[in-house]
Amino acid sequence: MLVLWTDALIYLLIVAATMLAVYMSRQAHMRRPLKKIAASPVAIASLTLLLCFTLIGLADSIHFKDDNSKGNEAISLLDIACATMRAHGEKTYSAPFSAYAYGKENLTAEDGSTRWDYPRLQYGGAHLKNPEQQLTGDVFRKVVGGLGKGAGLMLMILLFAWSDKRERGKRLFRHPSAKAIWLVLFVVVSSFYTLFSLSEYYHVLGTDKVGEDVFYQTLKSIRTGLVIGSLTTLVMLPLAIVFGIMAGFFKGWIDDVIQFIYTTLNSIPSVLLIAASILMVQVYMANHPENFNNLLVRADMRLLFLCLILGVTSWTGLCRLLRAETLKLREMEYVLAAQALGVKPAMILFRHILPNVMHIVLIAVVLDFSSLVLAEAVLSYINIGVDPTTHSWGNMINGARLEMAREPVVWWSLTAAFVFMFALVLAANLFADSVRDAFDPRRAERG
Amino acid sequence: MADTLLNVNNLIVSFGQSKVVDEISFHINPGETFALVGESGSGKSITALSVLRLLPNAARMQAKSITLQDQELTHIPEIEFCKLRGRRIGLIFQDPMSSLNPVMTIGEQIAEVLQLHFQLSQQQVKQRVLALLKQVEIPEPERRVNEYPHQLSGGQRQRVMIAMALAGEPDLLIADEPTTALDVTIQAQILELLKHLQQQTGMALWLISHDLALVSNIADRIAVMQNGKIVETGATADFFRQPQHPYSLKLLAALPKLENCLGKQSKPTMPLLKVEDFKVYYPIRKGIFKRVVGHVKAVDGVDFELHIGTTLALVGESGCGKTSMGKGLLNLIPAHAGRVLFDGVDLTQLSGESLRRHRAEMQIVFQDPFSAMNPRMLVGDIIAEGISSLRPEVSRAEKQNRVAKLLQQVDLPAETALRYPHEFSGGQRQRICIARALAVEPKLIICDEPTSALDVSVQAQIMTLLKGLQKSRGLSYLLITHSFGVVAEMADEVAVMYQGKIVERGPVEQVLTQPKHDYTRALLAAVPKLNGKISTA
Amino acid sequence: MLTYIIRRLLYALPLLMAVNVLTFVLFFVVNSPDDMARMQLGQKHVTEQAIQNWKHQHGYDLPLLWNNDKIGGKKITETIFYQKSVNLFLFDFGISDSGRNIGSDIRQRMWPSLALALPSLIVGLLVNITLALLLVLFRNSYLELGGSVLLVMLMSVSSLFYIIGGQFFIGKLLKLVPISGYDSGFAAVKFLVLPVIISVVAGIGSGVRWYRTLFLEEVEKDYVRTARAKGLTETQVLFKHVLKNAMIPILTGVVVVLPLLFMGSLIMESFFSIPGLGSYTIDAINRQDFAIVRSMVFLGSVLYIAGLLMTDISYTLVDPRVRLS
Repeated sequence: MLVLWTDALIYLLIVAATMLAVYMSRQAHMRRPLKKIAASPVAIASLTLLLCFTLIGLADSIHFKDDNSKGNEAISLLDIACATMRAHGEKTYSAPFSAYAYGKENLTAEDGSTRWDYPRLQYGGAHLKNPEQQLTGDVFRKVVGGLGKGAGLMLMILLFAWSDKRERGKRLFRHPSAKAIWLVLFVVVSSFYTLFSLSEYYHVLGTDKVGEDVFYQTLKSIRTGLVIGSLTTLVMLPLAIVFGIMAGFFKGWIDDVIQFIYTTLNSIPSVLLIAASILMVQVYMANHPENFNNLLVRADMRLLFLCLILGVTSWTGLCRLLRAETLKLREMEYVLAAQALGVKPAMILFRHILPNVMHIVLIAVVLDFSSLVLAEAVLSYINIGVDPTTHSWGNMINGARLEMAREPVVWWSLTAAFVFMFALVLAANLFADSVRDAFDPRRAERG
Repeated sequence: MADTLLNVNNLIVSFGQSKVVDEISFHINPGETFALVGESGSGKSITALSVLRLLPNAARMQAKSITLQDQELTHIPEIEFCKLRGRRIGLIFQDPMSSLNPVMTIGEQIAEVLQLHFQLSQQQVKQRVLALLKQVEIPEPERRVNEYPHQLSGGQRQRVMIAMALAGEPDLLIADEPTTALDVTIQAQILELLKHLQQQTGMALWLISHDLALVSNIADRIAVMQNGKIVETGATADFFRQPQHPYSLKLLAALPKLENCLGKQSKPTMPLLKVEDFKVYYPIRKGIFKRVVGHVKAVDGVDFELHIGTTLALVGESGCGKTSMGKGLLNLIPAHAGRVLFDGVDLTQLSGESLRRHRAEMQIVFQDPFSAMNPRMLVGDIIAEGISSLRPEVSRAEKQNRVAKLLQQVDLPAETALRYPHEFSGGQRQRICIARALAVEPKLIICDEPTSALDVSVQAQIMTLLKGLQKSRGLSYLLITHSFGVVAEMADEVAVMYQGKIVERGPVEQVLTQPKHDYTRALLAAVPKLNGKISTA
Repeated sequence: MLTYIIRRLLYALPLLMAVNVLTFVLFFVVNSPDDMARMQLGQKHVTEQAIQNWKHQHGYDLPLLWNNDKIGGKKITETIFYQKSVNLFLFDFGISDSGRNIGSDIRQRMWPSLALALPSLIVGLLVNITLALLLVLFRNSYLELGGSVLLVMLMSVSSLFYIIGGQFFIGKLLKLVPISGYDSGFAAVKFLVLPVIISVVAGIGSGVRWYRTLFLEEVEKDYVRTARAKGLTETQVLFKHVLKNAMIPILTGVVVVLPLLFMGSLIMESFFSIPGLGSYTIDAINRQDFAIVRSMVFLGSVLYIAGLLMTDISYTLVDPRVRLS
């Protein structure tokens, strides 16, 4: 097994998130907001969708050395699952479900005559003898078959789960949130099953300029989006929390210094800061080629550094919020009482201030996730995002954007990227809203 | 009934499943002062809001009938009802600072009422506004008209609220705890004003309050509310002569008696705390480099002694510096000058670790039991916090033991330690705070308005608890309060503070019955009294 | 007031110096002047002389931070750091790595940036506030629920989609306005219509939610209850009382971004080929023209700090509690 730097951090993140979830569920004062989230079908549905995305991203994070390829390539679990899609590369563009290539070519028939027509794809629809007539019927049959199998699979799981639980489980099932989970899982599992089975025969989302299957690219991009959203937060949180709380609590010169630091950072336009840092990384990598012998490792490093830099440039917002909240909390009587009881400042910060600002941190984390995923697309456009060889929605959009001028329009890459990005960001936003509503202390008072 | 002004019949207000107002009926006669009295949570404010349909969205209201001078209010559509609000019925609230729009001048806010309900020219509106300001006795109304709420004092803001309500020329004025947020001398003035205006205009006054002593002086009829029901109604004189309902009796009994201060001998004990020329100044910084140009003298040279086992009460209105004094004595805010001799050791000279170790000697109990405890900590941990920091050698088992004992001493069950603060009532939370202070075995406890945020019946319990602890543990208290009722009940000695200085000091009996200083006399005169009982306002 | 401004300006100086040091470190750690020269002149076939010439022309032939060859004060002043920094503070941006005068480029290109950014801001503000007020007026109704759902969905769509989609549908299919490009004077309007509309639509999701939160916070306050008790209708309460109070944070939030409008939106200008400072910056990044990037960073910092200063001043002007305390 091959562990890339980002892989390692992802595992770390998963472990940390699980520990946090367990810790939170133990705290009695966290139970009420958590219950509130669990009671909302929208929140649970978005969480389920997010977890599905996470699962795909995780599958793409377990890498193995690929003995089949000539170079030092590594493949992931997801790659193994999509082996067919990877292998079925075409020459160039092709529309979704098409059996023909995008552009016309000189074709030689068996009898030697040539004509200027669309060639048949090597893999897409290759099993059909007469695509014009058979295509729609074949697709339709396969879709129905795939949906049937996928739905059947889900129903089996449902029945298994239903029969397994006792009374408490049955009550859980009737809850609208539980229904939401099952609905989302049903849709996701059956559609993915269908798409996967279809992709043996067709390019369900078409192919891009170099003939790579677009569906495969989209799936691979999920990991990139997730990594940027979460690793950045991992870097940003300690900086924001430590500086914000210290500035608000100690005031005086510590506050002045921290304010100076974040005002300085804020005044430099973030795009330029990121650009400069990415260039720095590229130069470093160019000067030390022996550490980065693998294409994948190089691209991975760039992704890692992008997250680091985004984290370093984006901690200021949360820091300001925490500073403002800490300034308020500092005047609270229980902080004064703790001082009167001789509690040391570090202990006061840890015991009294930190737990009472965690709700702000939580809300910020979940909200920032979606904006980071969206930011990646924009950054890739300016060429200071991820490496061009990394699969990401930003790269897909960037590549396809220039091709919009062609006739007929090559719309499938863009649409695929947008749809998946929209799904992830929408789920994150909806979940963030529920988290904010649940943890908002003002609403808490009203019960 | 043709000659009632407001007639409420069978009013029910519920939030979800719980009924906050449970089938109450009452009436108000034209021109009379009607007082609705109850403790917090009794539903009295909700009743007033429901008459004017100003309830929050989550509330559900239903009533058999609500009539205003024979006009049935329950069926009127919202558009029409708007015309009624402010015009036939006026409403003033408790906290005038937050109840006034901070970015509109007071002239504009009063004029708004006139523009809404009357057809007047601009000139007429201006004149009316000035006339109203004069009527509520605001000095220099021409200047004040263009000022913003934050530029006025608390009492003046409340006068502006009254002017706004008067502008509509209502038949009924509802005053929801109009004086609770004000100083005692201002309270008296505002009540005086309300009474005066009522006689002038002939409007009815519906006064909502938790203070029986306060309403006894101005109400014609009283109704007592408990848990959403009206338990007793009657004319004031009859009510106070012979209260019927056990709850009314309980409320009256909870008021401290002025005579409690009599007969307290001054104990000949050693001075535990000796404060000499104590000053707490806040710097004023101006200029480009924020140089200190002057000081706000919160505490300006205060001397007193506190003897072991006694209670010294520090009395004053808001802004007199008593809270700064309490925090300064504990070194929670830095002192500017002076000496604080505790058992011979000058606390102002200590810092760092030595100061920390001395903290066990002097503790503090705060006013607001809601913000005095970390909502995310278990009660047991809250109480044990001091032990953990000042006596780290104590084992966890021993700590739990001590916490259990402390809870017992403040009359709370042992499983309190495993719950969170928000699960308890105000009185229970204050007990937990007292237990927290006791945990480190102090010799002196500073009580900063320990009962002001509590209901009257609970106040009496807390004061009893504090007095009991003083006897059993030989504690000394520095009692910071604005309420003479509390002073009469608890103090051995009194010091009256005004603008950072102590203007009068002496044994409690002497200061309360024969005050020497004018300010003390003014304070005492302003406190509502009732049959030898004194309000805790 | 004057003392306050002076104090803030004095505070701005060390900030700008810190920004300057930071950018300097960032850029010169990446590339030494030799590398920069090589890049600008082409990778291969450059003689040592050509490099020296280029460096001398652009002022890079001095040591980075410390000049050992000179004496006294000149040890510091005859360095790249000092020369470039002082010039920046005097707003003399010098020449770009490719030879153009940066100052005149900036002066020329800031107007198109402004022409795009200012209408986007104003129209966006009006649209967002109106929609937010409507949502608050109809709160707790199905209209508000539908509106909230729509807003979340609008917010979840990438801005790139709005741009590409907008360009495609309006420009290509409907052919209402040109897709990209620019012209001087009033002819520019037809080139600006599409980007302004797209800017506004892309910003509705998050903008309306933000303003709605502000309004909802105000609506909960006590003075609103008083206003209702006076007999005002819900609409009157919203427009007369809530709006006045909410305008304070709204206005100060707008003021803080005003100076940065000059910097232009990098994305919009690139997609719509508008020759503003945003596209100027992106081109410079792509070409790795450090002189331009350094100047833009400095300019950006100055404008940001100016924005902070203006925010503080506007608070004192707009909020009577601050003005009259």
